[in-house]
Amino acid sequence: MTAIAPSQLGHLARRSVLRTLRQPAYVVPPLVFPTLLATVNAAGLRPSTLLAGFPTPSFLAFAMAVPFIQGALFATMNAGTDLARDIANGFLNRLALTPMRGGMLLAGHVAGVVALGLIQALFYLGFALVAGVHLEAGPAGALVLLLLAVLVAAGFGMVGAFMALRTGSGEAIQALFPVLFVFLFISSMNAPRHLMESGWFRALATINPVSYLIEGARSLIIAGWDSQALALAFAVSAALLVAATAAASWALRARMGRT
Amino acid sequence: MSARASSFAASRSVALGVAWRTAHNALTTPNILIPSLVFPFLFFTAFAGGLSQLERVPGFDFPAGYTAFQFVFVLLQSAAFGGVFTGFGIARDFESGFTRRLMLAAPHRSAIVVGYGLAALARWGLTGALLTVVAFSVGMEVGGGGIDLAGLYLLAALVNCAALLWSAGVAMRLRTLQAGPIMQIPVFLALFLAPVYVPLDLLRGWIHAVAQANPVTYFLEAGRGLVAGQPAYVGVAFAAAAGLAALSALWGLSGMRRAEAAGG
Repeated sequence: MTAIAPSQLGHLARRSVLRTLRQPAYVVPPLVFPTLLATVNAAGLRPSTLLAGFPTPSFLAFAMAVPFIQGALFATMNAGTDLARDIANGFLNRLALTPMRGGMLLAGHVAGVVALGLIQALFYLGFALVAGVHLEAGPAGALVLLLLAVLVAAGFGMVGAFMALRTGSGEAIQALFPVLFVFLFISSMNAPRHLMESGWFRALATINPVSYLIEGARSLIIAGWDSQALALAFAVSAALLVAATAAASWALRARMGRT
Repeated sequence: MSARASSFAASRSVALGVAWRTAHNALTTPNILIPSLVFPFLFFTAFAGGLSQLERVPGFDFPAGYTAFQFVFVLLQSAAFGGVFTGFGIARDFESGFTRRLMLAAPHRSAIVVGYGLAALARWGLTGALLTVVAFSVGMEVGGGGIDLAGLYLLAALVNCAALLWSAGVAMRLRTLQAGPIMQIPVFLALFLAPVYVPLDLLRGWIHAVAQANPVTYFLEAGRGLVAGQPAYVGVAFAAAAGLAALSALWGLSGMRRAEAAGG
């Protein structure tokens, strides 16, 4: 049984990676849209750097952390939509007739979005360097940034899998997109929390876990090695992955029970 | 009844029928209604709440405050996207074959476009009204009078009309929902390549040059001037909005001709 597990994972992961990377609609928007938004926002919000206490003279450097997290949000939609399609066309039911283990199914399923997450992160990193952003944490920081991006993509991918297993509907997954965007916008994506003047907004950004993901990635770009920001980012992303995996496993058991 | 009056009555009937059906679908289908309501409020909350410290940037001198500054952007954005989202509905009607049947029944097919336009306006009317209520309830300050505010909403209605006609032109040429990004991305870019967060004078570099050539800049400057009670660029903004609506009308109606030629 133990020897079969890697084989199960390998087959499903290969299918998931190929299926994700073969669809331009999955690959192109997560590369283009976050980069475009960061560029336009960086130009429009450049006067923010004139505020006393703003942590960097380059708003582009400040903004470049956002695509890493925004790209991961797309992972939720991609993983969810693909799994919902597998549910709708009966693929999951046929898998249920095989000795496939639930954990392998979920891990294999998010492999595609994890692979895409890595490609996205490399693209954003390359774009930032070409645009003149200097990575304060150096080459080792770049590796940590890639690791964080992959972990976040896996976490959000598992959230997408959970949603798909609960709803079984690709349309329902798409409709949740604005809800996910709330987490991005009500965060420290456009301003450092200590400079936010609206107390209620600062409070919302502080309780929003996405703020810590952005701040962890940002610290590597603009500050160097900030152990607190990195510890919080990795703790939040690990907690997201564990919680989403547990929720998705439970939802998978419930769906298989119904099957 | 003369032939002319009869023809007008038929066109009016088609326009109102299309408008009713489209608005009814948009306002009673949660998957369609929720994003169009959520996004403007999300932007308003994120920008007015999260970026209010920009008021302290040297040279930022908007007297009505940052909430009013962002309200104008979000109002115009909601108007533009009300038009674009209605364009998605037109594409869906083509995909489902509804428009093909509609074209067979309508004596004047331009009335179909008018109907979609009325629906887009009704749809944005709801979003705009809710946004206004929320903005006032969070203490937005307004220096302008009733006529100034009416001017702002009229400007937004023209933007809604131009965006709808642009999207309709795309939808009628491509006749598939996959054309959604083609409708959406140019509008999104035009909106964000304008002075969204700070006044035009505070922008520097390439964004300043692009914003100066972007008509949306003048919609924003005029709208903000009207809200503050210090009108500026109002004539330029209305002329640009009317011109854009006229060009979009040509685009939309020629799209209808293309759809007719393709058999719906």
